[in-house]
Amino acid sequence: MYEGAVQDLIDELGRLPGVGPKSAQRIAFHLLAADPADVRRLVVALTEVKERVRFCRICGNVAEAEDCRICRDPRRDLAIVCVVEEPKDVVAIEKTREFRGRYHVLGGAISPIEGIGPDDLRVPELMVRLADGTVTELILATDPNLEGEATATYLARLVKPMGLRVTRLASGLPVGGDLEYADEVTLGRAFEGRRLIDV
Amino acid sequence: MSLYRDEAVVLRTQKLGEADRIITLLTRRTGRVRAVAKGVRRTRSKFGGRLEPFSHVDLQLYAGRSLDIVTQAETLRPYGERIVTDYGRYTAGTAVLETAERLTVEEREPALRLFLLVIGALRTLCTGEHAAPLVLDAFLLRALSVSGYEPALSGCARCAAPGPHRAFSVPAGGVVCADCRPAGTASPSPPAVALLDALLTGDWLAADASDPGDQREGSGLVAAYLQWHLERGLRSLRLVERV
Ligand SMILES: [Zn+2]
Repeated sequence: MYEGAVQDLIDELGRLPGVGPKSAQRIAFHLLAADPADVRRLVVALTEVKERVRFCRICGNVAEAEDCRICRDPRRDLAIVCVVEEPKDVVAIEKTREFRGRYHVLGGAISPIEGIGPDDLRVPELMVRLADGTVTELILATDPNLEGEATATYLARLVKPMGLRVTRLASGLPVGGDLEYADEVTLGRAFEGRRLIDV
Repeated sequence: MSLYRDEAVVLRTQKLGEADRIITLLTRRTGRVRAVAKGVRRTRSKFGGRLEPFSHVDLQLYAGRSLDIVTQAETLRPYGERIVTDYGRYTAGTAVLETAERLTVEEREPALRLFLLVIGALRTLCTGEHAAPLVLDAFLLRALSVSGYEPALSGCARCAAPGPHRAFSVPAGGVVCADCRPAGTASPSPPAVALLDALLTGDWLAADASDPGDQREGSGLVAAYLQWHLERGLRSLRLVERV
């Protein structure tokens, strides 16, 4: 245990995800030794992120205005919405440059064992968004793990009466790997999601 | 015994650091074990989808001081694949896993009968031969029983006077006769209590034919009984889809 301010900093850092007590101590002493100007920049960045950044009222992505950059962009297709768990998934999909529609960020996945149900996510907001009929295709891009799959199953059933085209991102073999090393679950999914080759 | 091999069901996974996960396992021989799966969140991980909840796996583990380390994993039955295609089965299945975790109070204390009950419940959920909430309630009653909390469903829980009795007292441990009945004890409908008896004894013919209203009432009794015996409530129970 250290005195006052140093211990407070260690405690606060230790509450961050992925930072254990040892790392918290290391970061604290790094900051203590760092140039004051560097530390001030970090303080400004921390303050600004809480003051300026909010969540887009349409899609739930991080935004610096009421609506995010993507929802404000008139070139984006209003008819297709891609549902993801987190803002970082938007970034990942944007990097592919494959998708020209808009997003809906749920804020997580359904996880009953953690007490997280559909109403704890931005599912009601999605239903409101789909109600006026502008959106005709929903792409379910939740994580390819059990909770992401369960969330997709739930959403597919929920929107079924609306008559939308609902698709799920294909999940299958990682590019660059050898088939023999794929596990049964991944290989099974890859079979399900196989596509026709046009020649 | 630094390296050991065991069969297990994955109960829960939690993120650890950048790419690892802590996997909570119910093993056949060693009871509940927590182990680290290194790099499992990377798309090229050798574990792939093998260490997801519901998976029945054959594992090689390295025994650590607090956490073990998964060194090899082979799938025996990927129950999650089938369970996750139906939201009702998924929520019921999750309650099975959470209960198994909560009933194994101490790590590494063998719990073979509970392990077999979990496997049985997951297998039944996959086939869809019985309604998911019934499979869950049957599991809960049996899991409580093998943990030493078998509810009395015909003879009086206090004086063992032969039943049937109308009153059901959670603190007393099941049905109670008119003499033993504590003040304020509820009297559920007799078919709901009969359903619980059918579920506990495995009379699926009677259970499948039961009335939905009695099923709901029975589930309520099982939930109250379970909460009484666990220190805090199950998080997943609120989210289980009932008919
Ligand atoms: Zn937006």
